[in-house]
Amino acid sequence: MTAFQIILMGILIICAISVSFSKNLLNSILIYMSFSLVMSILWICLESPDLAITEAAVGAGITSVLFFVMLKKIQAIEIIETEKKEASEDE
Amino acid sequence: MSKKRSAEEYQKTFAFRFFRWLHGEKDPYVGEVEMRPQEEYHVDEEAILRHEKEHDAILDRVYSEDNIELKAFRRLYHVTSILFCLFLIALLLVTVSYLPATGTIERPVNNEVAVRYIESGLEETGAVNIVAGMILDYRAFDTLGESHVLFVATITVLILLRMNKKGSQGINDRIFEPKNDTILQLVATFLVPIIIIFGIYIILNGHLGPGGGFSGGAVIGAGLVLYLNAFGFAKTERFFTEKTYKWVCFFSLSFYCLAKSYSFYTGANQLHSVIPKGTPGAILSSGLILPLNIAVGLVVACTIYAFYAMFRKGGF
Repeated sequence: MTAFQIILMGILIICAISVSFSKNLLNSILIYMSFSLVMSILWICLESPDLAITEAAVGAGITSVLFFVMLKKIQAIEIIETEKKEASEDE
Repeated sequence: MSKKRSAEEYQKTFAFRFFRWLHGEKDPYVGEVEMRPQEEYHVDEEAILRHEKEHDAILDRVYSEDNIELKAFRRLYHVTSILFCLFLIALLLVTVSYLPATGTIERPVNNEVAVRYIESGLEETGAVNIVAGMILDYRAFDTLGESHVLFVATITVLILLRMNKKGSQGINDRIFEPKNDTILQLVATFLVPIIIIFGIYIILNGHLGPGGGFSGGAVIGAGLVLYLNAFGFAKTERFFTEKTYKWVCFFSLSFYCLAKSYSFYTGANQLHSVIPKGTPGAILSSGLILPLNIAVGLVVACTIYAFYAMFRKGGF
């Protein structure tokens, strides 16, 4: 295992922990996207390009897009924006 | 020459009744079953108040602090859950201890199946990419199940998210879309053809290099989603509607079923298969793997687009 792979695995662990501890739903999805991207690089390092392509297309692309749409449907993104506005007005 | 029948004669035939049933033109209840107008519902306020009082009384009695049963139940619940977790951990640890040790010859990794795949995979399937040969030839039944799972998932999402055409104007996402975003449209004009061609390349090269039906279909689906985002539903509906999705999925899945049944039948019974293997490395080689890849790719691309469209506006 090279140092590059160890660094990537460290990033994976950091991403996985910070997804569950992030309070902003939009941020968690972005971190999840980066998790998938790092994972796909790791699959290439492990010599399975088949999985890397699938991980990059499904994990980083489509799942996150569906999550974004769902957040918009349940109006989680807009609520966060209004909260920010209120916070800035209070200051 | 077929004789032209009169309308009355046609109405007696089976075909007329079948198509009437198929299109749902006749309601089987109308004129057959006695129908009465529904009785109006009377709200009895006293009864509601009484029920509320009883409900509150029950809640007070159950959740009061000196309810011994509830206390005992809570304690029992905690103890049981801890015991169950300990039991589960112990069971898994015991199971793990029975696994063969790392590096020994008897490990399942070292058995004859993997060796067979690597040694005679190219000869038996004709695919240079051993992974494609494995998932679409030796284990094609699993891939068929995967495609069907995708199809069933779309149907479930359709049931859950579909909106009625009437009265959904307020919720419809299409009205609130930012239309004609110039930057997005320009980027999409350049990127969408490249993405879709790359997806087609992955599908068609599935038996030669890394890739295959699932990943290529996912890439094509992502390209379609980008196109949809940039140009809106009006443009995509010109080539992709619910009907297209239905027929593409139907033909791909049934083609997969038939082709694989044929190859399983001939393979298991030592019969001669008419499908040539071709020269390994050429694009038209490895028998059924290329058409199966195309079928899986079509299903996956359509499913991903359908998911996105249904999440966005509850229909196609």
